[in-house]
Amino acid sequence: MNPAPSFSPLARVLHWLMAVMILSMLFIGIFMASSVGPNYHRLVTLHRPLGIAILVLALLRLTYRLRSSPPPLPNDLPAVMKLAAKVSHILLYVLMIALPLVGWGMLSAGGYPIPLWGNSVLLPPILPHNPTVWSWLRYAHTVLAFTLFGLVLAHISAALFHGLIRRDTVLQSMTHTKTSL
Amino acid sequence: MAEKSTGPSGSALRWLGVAVAPAALALGFLWAGGWLSPHRVTQNRLMGELHKAGSYGHGFRRAHSKGVCVTGRFDASGAAASLSNAAIFQEHSVPVVGRFALGAGQPYVTDNPATVRSMALRLMPTDAPEWRTAMNNPPVLPLRDAQDASDFFASQRLDPETGKPDPARVKAFGATHPWLQAAADKNARRVISSGFADDTYHSLNSFLLVAENGTKTAVRWAMVPMQPMAPSDGKGEGRDYLFQKLIADIHDHPLQWRMVMTVAGPHDAVNDPSQTWAQEDRTIDAGTLTLNTVESEEDGPCTGLTFDPLVLPPGIVASNDPILQLRSAAYMRSFALRSGEKRGSSAITPAMTQTPESESGKKS
Repeated sequence: MNPAPSFSPLARVLHWLMAVMILSMLFIGIFMASSVGPNYHRLVTLHRPLGIAILVLALLRLTYRLRSSPPPLPNDLPAVMKLAAKVSHILLYVLMIALPLVGWGMLSAGGYPIPLWGNSVLLPPILPHNPTVWSWLRYAHTVLAFTLFGLVLAHISAALFHGLIRRDTVLQSMTHTKTSL
Repeated sequence: MAEKSTGPSGSALRWLGVAVAPAALALGFLWAGGWLSPHRVTQNRLMGELHKAGSYGHGFRRAHSKGVCVTGRFDASGAAASLSNAAIFQEHSVPVVGRFALGAGQPYVTDNPATVRSMALRLMPTDAPEWRTAMNNPPVLPLRDAQDASDFFASQRLDPETGKPDPARVKAFGATHPWLQAAADKNARRVISSGFADDTYHSLNSFLLVAENGTKTAVRWAMVPMQPMAPSDGKGEGRDYLFQKLIADIHDHPLQWRMVMTVAGPHDAVNDPSQTWAQEDRTIDAGTLTLNTVESEEDGPCTGLTFDPLVLPPGIVASNDPILQLRSAAYMRSFALRSGEKRGSSAITPAMTQTPESESGKKS
């Protein structure tokens, strides 16, 4: 049996780097949004540059993804699973890009200055000051974050399903360093 | 096919392997969000306690709900510039949007001299990041951390029978928080001024000024009125008399305050706003605030803002005072909640804040 085709090294580095960043971001987000404790401000201060870094990496990754072809799914994978894989990956890309933009937009609409680094490097507002829009986007930020967390859980479950139950080439293509390409 | 060619793929152990990682992450997420720790003081819990303590809601701030917007300018004296490189301590005519309010959660409450009064400011240098600060008239804050704040708000819960906090609960809070007694006594002994214009407003929390060379200096500050202070006689006509007096005062002449920075001495507690600082501390006159217009909160310039005390410019950073974090988090949550609600009309209406000239101009 030929070694399974893997994702390119760049695709794998982007995937695992962003996996760590996005999971950290979701946990920081849910913790700070409930917290009034001594780490609140430190976490908010970390949340903004991490979100912008995810946005930049997600855009790079999307550009790369559109120009390269990932390893194909196994031929014997049922059509409904193939469809689920395709749709969930599109949604993951949409949320990786939408969540930072909604966060940036909500702070803009709330009239907050948006420090990116320290308190001297500020991001410009991307929406006009409008408290109703701020409130709406703040709510949307939570809903989208929960959706992304759910998708990440489904993604991990599916990867483990491929690796442990179906034992096909799918999980390997992102973990394995060997490539036949 | 892969699953048929290789061993017992459907075994319980393998399925467990599939389920464990996502389940562990989901549990971790629930923990991070506070759902597994019912005693943790969260933003939602504070908002709930404020609601039970009579906070009105309906588009109004959860605390300090009754207020007016003011505008004016800040002129630095330059005396604080050696301690902080913030633009605000060097520039002149920095535009200011502010808000005076009563520290109650009811936007239609009847003015009472004993109610906490607050001054909130947004200072906006033209080419440097803005600074927001929200100050109260009692000299110290009788709360040390988030748990104290939560316990205090819970003790203020309204008794449905009387519509007032249960005196037994209020007393119990004092008895179980003896470390706050000195602060409460100090605030109770303060001389209450006749109105907003002749009142002194305190930063309550400590901050660190950062000089050009990186030196950090712990400070608190107060806005000290240049209007002569007259003690309150405790009397007043009508629901809004304190606000009406403020409006008349600003229409009469611009109101001014000196921003007095107090530098922490060696024994002053920087991380505890319930501790009074030493009398002999060095003070610095950082500049003068001048307020010359007053507007209703309805469509006023201070309404769609939250005066988050951690919106700080370069040159000022937060101290390790835990109440600062609590305020920042709670203000943001209150701001998100109220901005999504339909707001009732303000007690202080646009008609009440009209200048006498514009009113007579309309009549003619």
